[in-house]
Amino acid sequence: MVDQTRIEQFDVEAVNARERRQPLYAARRKIHPKRASGQYRRLKWLIMAVTLAIYYVTPWLRWDRGGHAPDQAVLLDLEHRRFYFFPIEIWPQEFYYVAGLLVMAGIGLFFVTSAVGRAWCGYTCPQTVWVDLFLVVERFVEGERNARIKLDAAAWSMDKVWRRLAKHVIWLVIGVATGGAWIFYFADAPTLVAALLSGEAAPVAYVTVAILTATTYVFGGLLREQVCTYMCPWPRIQGAMLDEHSLTVTYNDWRGEPRRPHNRADRIAGAVTGDCVDCNACVAVCPMGIDIREGQQLECITCALCIDACDAVMGKIGKEHGLISYAALGDYNANMAIAESAAGTIDPSRVRNVDGGRLIDGLKIKGLKAVLRPRTFVYFTLWSLIGFAMLGLLLTGDNLDLNVLHDRNPVFVQLSNGDVRNGYTVKILNKRSGARSFRLSMEGLKGALMTRSGTTEDPTDSLVIDAGADRLASVKVFVRSRPKALSAQRTAFKFIVVDETLGEQAAYDAWFEVPAQP
Amino acid sequence: MSTPEKDSRETDTHSGVATTGHDWDGIKELDNPLPRWWLWTFYATIVWSLGYVIAYPAIPLLTDSTKGLLGYSSRAEVAKEIAMADAGRAGILAQIAETPVAEILKDPALFQFSVSAGRSAFKVHCSQCHGSGASGAPGYPNLNDDDWLWSGSVDEIAATIRHGVRFAGDDDSRYSEMPAFGRDELLDKEQIALVAAHVRGMAGLEHDAAQAKAGQALFAENCASCHGPGGEGIRENGGPRLTDPIWLYGDGLDDIKAQIREPKHGVMPAWGARLGETTVKQLAVYVHSLGGGE
Repeated sequence: MVDQTRIEQFDVEAVNARERRQPLYAARRKIHPKRASGQYRRLKWLIMAVTLAIYYVTPWLRWDRGGHAPDQAVLLDLEHRRFYFFPIEIWPQEFYYVAGLLVMAGIGLFFVTSAVGRAWCGYTCPQTVWVDLFLVVERFVEGERNARIKLDAAAWSMDKVWRRLAKHVIWLVIGVATGGAWIFYFADAPTLVAALLSGEAAPVAYVTVAILTATTYVFGGLLREQVCTYMCPWPRIQGAMLDEHSLTVTYNDWRGEPRRPHNRADRIAGAVTGDCVDCNACVAVCPMGIDIREGQQLECITCALCIDACDAVMGKIGKEHGLISYAALGDYNANMAIAESAAGTIDPSRVRNVDGGRLIDGLKIKGLKAVLRPRTFVYFTLWSLIGFAMLGLLLTGDNLDLNVLHDRNPVFVQLSNGDVRNGYTVKILNKRSGARSFRLSMEGLKGALMTRSGTTEDPTDSLVIDAGADRLASVKVFVRSRPKALSAQRTAFKFIVVDETLGEQAAYDAWFEVPAQP
Repeated sequence: MSTPEKDSRETDTHSGVATTGHDWDGIKELDNPLPRWWLWTFYATIVWSLGYVIAYPAIPLLTDSTKGLLGYSSRAEVAKEIAMADAGRAGILAQIAETPVAEILKDPALFQFSVSAGRSAFKVHCSQCHGSGASGAPGYPNLNDDDWLWSGSVDEIAATIRHGVRFAGDDDSRYSEMPAFGRDELLDKEQIALVAAHVRGMAGLEHDAAQAKAGQALFAENCASCHGPGGEGIRENGGPRLTDPIWLYGDGLDDIKAQIREPKHGVMPAWGARLGETTVKQLAVYVHSLGGGE
């Protein structure tokens, strides 16, 4: 029986095919990825839209902070050393939150990689997203794969010149928009955009935009897959994190081999034949230009477009989807063991029922269920715990903090009336959006009195210190006490700062030191 | 695209790539091709370095180096930045210059600036004797405490810095001199011991009560005119207070006896002419802010 379905054969070869290996200094072979369509392509469009929207829109979101601080929802205010993220405000003293975020990023990487392999590379990496965007432009201006190949080979003509010009101009515009959006995270976006356009912004803003325009254009438009293959450490790192349960884009040769083109004589004649019709559609759509049928490769970013391309072909010839699929190595090996004949060659008839020709039930095709296992669960639990702990701390954190630095040079000063004096720099962090007065007092130091540096007031047992809205008040205070009242050379005591209106208070453990007594 | 040449080198079976031919205990290196973009970047850096050598000072000569077409010099850049910093400070420095030093204490902006500027001037000019924390050393007064030989008001501190102490080159220098009672045989050895005991008694230090009592008359006769009848000190005469626990030359019996026998006298240069009035004011404000200011 001759199947009448026409399957397009692509004249395409993987860029990293063995016989293509070059001597030293290989020129890049340009890749012209064909547009794929299917569930993974739809998912990628969606993720691309969401990530690009997050990137471009975030700086324009407003968040009212009561006038004492910028009203930009997300802002890295380097000048004033503040990081604003919606209701959260991070001071430099709280940099450990960034350490926490890095820990989360690390565990998140373990989690994602152990579950779904290099999903980061295939879906969300800026390089992938922007290359995808640049390819949309290329397709729009120059046409589909075949038209682009033809245009590349064509002699220079007016048509070729304007198409090339249009493509590069649009790429550069995207580059400018990318670099432009970046700087809005560091300053008030509406103000900055006006300054940028009128030429009044700081030189560093223009330089940043220029550098990011260049990198976006060069990486997204010119270098593309070479960034992933040659420059990026990710493929090397993530390769080491996969295990036999991780989902990776896999060509299932246990049902695909031996491959023979559709409708070729030997296939029709009933030779041992797998599902692969050797149409090369998987290679044609690959943005990395590789052949997934060669097995797992460093170059593969697991974007799954080959799955879409192959599923479309399988649908046409009435076979099950999933000749190329997300599969775990363990499952793949089990299925291979079923398919391998005694002679060690793949016999696809062993994985198919005789009647009806469907795939047998004993095969291991878990799909996304492979994600559910202890390793990923532990990673996810850890990741969530750290996340919730940090969020809890950030949202319920104090609006008052006290830091005290004990003078080191000199540690103590002998006074003429026999008292000993220690100096402290007291820093009160007022994180509320209003100026406040605090009372600074001491606890646990007998007979201690304090004065403020730069004044000649009489020593008292407490001081009133003002701190502006969202500001740090730094005051040098001198504490004096009589050594005979103290039992040791080093006496622990507490500085206590109280907002008497709101009742908020903070304490700091400090030391009071006196000279060795004779 | 030419087909790869026939390669006589060993080919790695796993990757199909020729090896470099080197062998380190069985470890061989694959001879993968360099990507073209990498090569271009490498050439670009070479071109860049050539331009750099021409544009900037680069090649060392015997006593100098090539100047470069741009005429760049890091020293000129520093001079430019210092000039900019000076220009930025000019306003507040002028304000400090025309504000009486006592008034600076009342102006928070001037006070803050003066303390910072005074701290750095102190580190450069004063820390050699008084220590980087101004806590002094034997013979060099501690400026953190509230015991002042020449008064601790900010005006008087400024005057001390301006004119120095026992400084020959300045007529307005602070001056006091204690007679060398031992060397010049004004008191004999026993008398010195009695006076020293009396001084320790005044300071509340451990002493021989009988000797101290015997020394009282000697003290009244020889010392009280400068140090005051009770040893409380007379600043106008430059006579230090002897009743507090702060001792410039030590509070041991031998230290005190040595000081009576043949006293040491510290000298501080007059800084007014060398540093200028603005810096002197800043130093005075800084020293005053250390905690003992009156």
